[in-house]
Order: sequence, then C-alpha cells, then structure tokens
Amino acid sequence: MAPVGKDMDTILEQYPAKPEYLIFLLQDIQSSYGYISQESMQQASDHAGVPLTQAYSVATFYQSFRLDPSGEHEVRVCLGTACHLKGGQRIVEELERRLNVEAGGTTADMRFTLNTVNCVGACALAPVVVVDDDYHANTTARKLEKHLKKLEHDVTADGEGQGHV
Amino acid sequence: MYSLNSALRVDTPRLDSAEALNAYRENLIAGQDPNQTLVVVCHGTGCMANGSNRVTAAFQNAIEGADIKAKVMPGIKTTGCQGFCSRGPLVLIRPQGLFYQRVKEKDVEEIIQRTLIEGQPVERLLYKDPQTGKRIHTEQEIPFYKLQERVVLHNIGKIDPTDITDAIAAGAYRALAKALSGMTLEQVVSEVEQSGLRGRGGAGFPTGRKWRSAMAAIEKKGRPVYVVVNGDEGDPGAFMDRTIMEGDPHSVLEGLILGAYALGAEQGYLYVRAEYPLAIQHLEIAMAQARELGLLGENILNSGFSFDARINRGAGAFVCGESTALFTSIEGKPGNPRPKYTRSVEEGLWGRPTILNNVETWANVPLIIDKGGDWYAGLGVPHSTGTKVFSLVGKVNNVGLVEVPMGVPVSHIVEAIGGGVPGGAPFKAVQTGGPSGGCIPYHLKETPVDFDSLTKAGSMMGSGAMIVMDDSDCVVDVARYFLRFLEEESCGKCLPCRLGLTRMREMLDAFSKGVGTERDIEDLISLSQAIQDGALCALGSSAPNPVLTTINYFRDEYRAHFSDHKCPAGVCKDLITFSIDPDACTGCRSCARQCPNNCISGEKKQPHVIDANQCIRCGICKETCKFDAVRVS
Repeated sequence: MAPVGKDMDTILEQYPAKPEYLIFLLQDIQSSYGYISQESMQQASDHAGVPLTQAYSVATFYQSFRLDPSGEHEVRVCLGTACHLKGGQRIVEELERRLNVEAGGTTADMRFTLNTVNCVGACALAPVVVVDDDYHANTTARKLEKHLKKLEHDVTADGEGQGHV
Repeated sequence: MYSLNSALRVDTPRLDSAEALNAYRENLIAGQDPNQTLVVVCHGTGCMANGSNRVTAAFQNAIEGADIKAKVMPGIKTTGCQGFCSRGPLVLIRPQGLFYQRVKEKDVEEIIQRTLIEGQPVERLLYKDPQTGKRIHTEQEIPFYKLQERVVLHNIGKIDPTDITDAIAAGAYRALAKALSGMTLEQVVSEVEQSGLRGRGGAGFPTGRKWRSAMAAIEKKGRPVYVVVNGDEGDPGAFMDRTIMEGDPHSVLEGLILGAYALGAEQGYLYVRAEYPLAIQHLEIAMAQARELGLLGENILNSGFSFDARINRGAGAFVCGESTALFTSIEGKPGNPRPKYTRSVEEGLWGRPTILNNVETWANVPLIIDKGGDWYAGLGVPHSTGTKVFSLVGKVNNVGLVEVPMGVPVSHIVEAIGGGVPGGAPFKAVQTGGPSGGCIPYHLKETPVDFDSLTKAGSMMGSGAMIVMDDSDCVVDVARYFLRFLEEESCGKCLPCRLGLTRMREMLDAFSKGVGTERDIEDLISLSQAIQDGALCALGSSAPNPVLTTINYFRDEYRAHFSDHKCPAGVCKDLITFSIDPDACTGCRSCARQCPNNCISGEKKQPHVIDANQCIRCGICKETCKFDAVRVS
C-alpha cells in the first residue's frame, strides 16, 4: 500500500535512534499507511533500538494503532458522556447495521473503517461523528449514511473525495 | 493550514532583554488602532465543524472585493473561546462588540452591507434572550457571559492564537520578563505558594507545595529536572484544556517556562491528546514563534537561562492522564502506572525530579507571577482559590465553557449561566469530575463548587466537566457507561481494577436487564470499597465514585430496575417498549421506512403500530417522528 504522507525512509530519518521515539515512529507510520505492518514494526523497533516485542506491546496498548489495513475512509463515532446521553451508542449500532461491520472493523470492500472514540472534546455538538477530518455535529445514523454514500459516489466519480475541515 | 516558516508576520529580531520585550509590546500596542473595524470569527473545533472557516473565507473575499477597511482575523479561537459552542459559528464585530451567532456564509454579505458599511446591527443574527425575547447586541450583555469571571480565559476569543504579536500585545510573557529580570527562583515558588493555587487536573494538590517538594528533591538529587504539561484531557465531556491550548497556547507555554525557571529545568514536555489536532498545531506554532523571538530556547531574553520543550502526542490511552503512566509514555513505552511509594516530584520522568501540572494549572501561573499571589488568593474561597473553567454539557440550554470563581453554587453555573434544562424542567443531577467523579442531585444544587465541598458531597472537582442530566437520563445507565469506559481503559496491571471493574459492570448490566436484588446493591458497595482501597492508581481507586454517588442519591431508581422491572427514565433497552400514540400519529410512514427491522406497519394516513416482539428498541422511529407520536414506556 502506498503511503498517504511520508514514506518509510523519511519517517525513520526524522527521529534520533532512541527508544523514546518509538511512539513517534509508530504514529507517523500509522498516519501514512493507515496501519502498522509487521515489516514496518520491525523497522521501527530496529531504528529505536528496542526488541520487536516492545514495539508490539506499545502498538497494542494504545488505541490509535491498528495492525490491519484500514478502509479508505475512517468513521469515528464519539462516545463521550455528552454524546452517550444524546444517543451516540445508538449511532454506533445503527452504523454497524447499515455498513454491515462491527465497530473496530473495516467493510469488506475496504471503503470504511468504523471506530469509536472516547471523546473528541466537541461536546456542544453532541452527538458527533468524525468522518476522516470532517466533524458532523448533532448527527444521526441516517444523515451519516447519506454522507457516506456521497463519499462512495465521489470515489468512483473522480478518484478521490475526502472532505477536510 | 499555517506554515511554520511564515508563521511570524513581522520581521522581528531576537529580543535580548526584558526591557526589549516590554518596548516591543508597547510598540505593538501603539501600532494598534482601537477604532479599527475587526471581524472576529471563532475558529474552534466546534465552530469549524459548523463551517466557520467558510464564513471567514466569505468575509475575506467580500472585503477584498468591496475595499473595506477591516482586517479579518481568522484562526482565532475554539469552541471554548466565545463559549457559546452551541451557537456557533460565532462572529464578533469590533470595536462595537456586536455579537452574531449561527452565522452562515450567506449572511456575510448582509453583515458587510448593514454593519460594516451602514453601521447598523443585523437584528436576526443577534442573540435572543429566551426569558425576555429581546435581542441582545453585545457579548457582555448576554447572561451566559455576564455572569462569568474570565481570568484564565481572558485572552481567548480576543487574540489570534497563531500570532505571537497579538498575544504579546495582550500581555503574554510579561510575567516571564518580570521573573527573569528581578525574581529569584525562591520568589517565583513563593508567589505560587502564596496564591493557594491547587492543581486543576482533578486531585487539587496545592501547586506551590508540589514545586517546593521538587526544590527539596533537587537539593538531594541535583539536576536535570523536568517540567511537564499534562494535556491528556481524557475525561469525556471535558474540553477546557483543549480550548486553552487552542485559544491561548502562549499562556500554557509561558507558565511552563516560568516553572522551568523556578526549578532550573532545561527541558520540558507537553503531552497532548492526539484527538486534539488543532491544539497540537497551535502549540507548535506558538513554540516556533517564541523560539524566533528568543522567548524559548537558548539564553532566553539574554538572561543566561536556557529552556526548550517538545510536544508528545498521546496515542489514545485514558490512563496516560495519570502522572506515572504519562511519564512511561513519554519514555516511549506502554503507559502503565507504577506504585507511588516515591512521589513524581522526586522520581518522575527518566527517574528524575519532575513537576507535572495540568494545562489549566500552568495557564494560571503567568497571571500569578504578573499580578501576585495575594491577588490570586483573593479570588474564590479560602481553600479553593482562583477561578475554575467548567465545560457545561449535556441537557442544558447554553452548552459551552464557563469560568467562575471557586465556591459559587452549582445552581449558578447550571441554571443562571447555563439557562437550565431545555424545556424548563429542573435538572435531575449534575455529574462532575468525569468517570472518577460523582453526581450532585437537584436537591443539593446550592452546593458550593470548590474542591472540598464537592468531595464532601461524594463527587469531586475533577478536570471540570459538568454533565447535566434530566429525567430522561437513567442513573444506572450513566454509572454503567462510566464503568464500561474505565474497564476498557484499565491498563490491567493490578487486580482490583482489572477484575473488580468488570464484576461491577456485570452487576450493573444485570440491573439494566431487570435482574438483581437488594443484596446486590450492598455487594456493589462493598466491592467498590475494596477497589478504592486496593487499586494501584487513581484510575481504579476513583472508578467506583459514579456508582456510589448514584446509589446514594438514587437508590430507588436502582431498585425500580430489578423490583418493578422498570427503567423510570426510559433508557435501559430491556425494560422499555416503544409504541405509537394513535392520536398523534399522522400515518406519514416516515418511521416505517426507517425501521431497520421492518416491524412498523399501517396504512398511509392511518395510525401505525409497532410490533413489540420484533422491535429491537433502537429508537430510530422516535428520532424520525416529526409529530412526537412515539412513546417509550
């Protein structure tokens, strides 16, 4: 899979070869490749000078790392307290049904990854769902589905279609 | 996006003394025209989500086209800034101070014509007082703002956080200049002690005492020492730290530099949640600009004192808000807490003496140094001095950030400032302190909001999230929500937290299904006490608080679940049924079309019926219905 941002060599060059930069390395790999492959984890641990097991332990401890490829678009449903009170959980369940994927998983066509997030700190907008970098305020599963369909359409129409804030 | 290279908008040489900084500030102030028309657009995450960047762009285009003498200030502030997140996008017109809310792109032309050119307000965009129905012109007259006392947030909403000159003109780094040019390390620590400032991250430990202990540790162990900002604001429902980092990053940075000066630290760290991209970006810009001016880095203001800092992005772990877990995370490891036989001030990051303070705590430090500890101690109440920023969310009319002196009653925040619950009913309870806190029921609404009174009521200050609940919120569900949250976030190192929370959650799951006995409540309380005593860190030991306070104040509601098989609030799925009120139903078929299980039937224009056996209680029909015909019982 081609990186969206920096390639592996650039990522490694950026940081001194010290254990304290392990998380920085994994974060950059995650954001460029959408997940941490076994090969890249090996490279990161070699560069930081820690055993592979330690890189694995870090990558599985923190929620933002994925070990499997993620979909083209990431849908993050906020489950902070305010969103919970305003039906965030219902949105997750409804999206699971509509996208036919469980939270944390990726659709079979690799279009969408559905994740939940503890709190994006935008409680005034509850319930909030973040699609890629786009915040959807006071949303419902229905509104989101429309938006996701549009994204799908845009992908086929012009080869891209991410709407950034 | 901003580019770091072109971040500084004026060519400025390094400032080589405190006097040079003060002269620079005066110069900047002299260059400002107080009568210049300014359009200030809120650019916080909340307003941005509602399209404030498009509003800014529309202003820029239109103003360039019309050749009006106004400068659009983009990049200013977060949701927290002007506070009224639920009213965004917000636009302020200075110098008149006109406050426009819910501004859309299409409104821009009218604002330019009517306000900027003709000098008249656009009535329909002004805030309408829900009590009197009258339109209010300026920010200061709106009750939501009028009743607040903005001390830490004083610059937010006024300055452009991506422009250091704007911050300096507003007074940033004045305290640093004061400390570097005439205060000893001892004097800086004394001022902080004098102020009575207590940590804003949750526990409320006196900041001055923490610094004093670190000084003692340094005498024993020598340097290096570290200063760290805890910006891992993980409490769901809290966003005051995000707002401060986004809206006034220099206040945090200056506080950190002052702390470093007091302890002789050369390196600092800002640990910020990855979920806050805008906060990280604004801090990076602030640090780059401060370095260019010689306010950060080698030989700050030519005083011989050198200090630099870097940002560590969190990777998504709530436990990293805990001090020892945060340190191990900075060291590049999984964020596991360690037992605190030795305190962090003696053995923190890299095993060295370390001061870790929360974002809001650091942001208070420059104010204390600038205006004096005595001034600060005069705010608030004796054992909880100063002000505190709260994020007021949930079932409340005015959602947003509220800063008030410590010691005001809960009702002042929720009812007077927050405007109460939508619809006018009294609130049911206010959850404070996030997952580690507890709830304050309506009958205790006059409880003063300070560290000790909240603890006495069974809750805690926490980081300052205030979640307002009304009668449609179930306390069992909320307690279960917090437990599930902490169960997932538990690092798993100690048994009381790892297994105890799971067991507690299972008991609450059973309640929410209508299964349980009075004895289970007693067991829940006893298990809670065991976890409080036995857990390794504060994540575990404070986890039972939401359960204990809700049992304490709402025991009958717990009982109703298992004795009557009823969820009085209509939330717990296994105990509720959905039905359609035939008198209210118009037969529009909306709900039937949306029902994921196709269990709503009926002829067009005739009342519809839900098949209770097929219903999965997803609530979509209720959400869809425009006529409020779906009933929950």
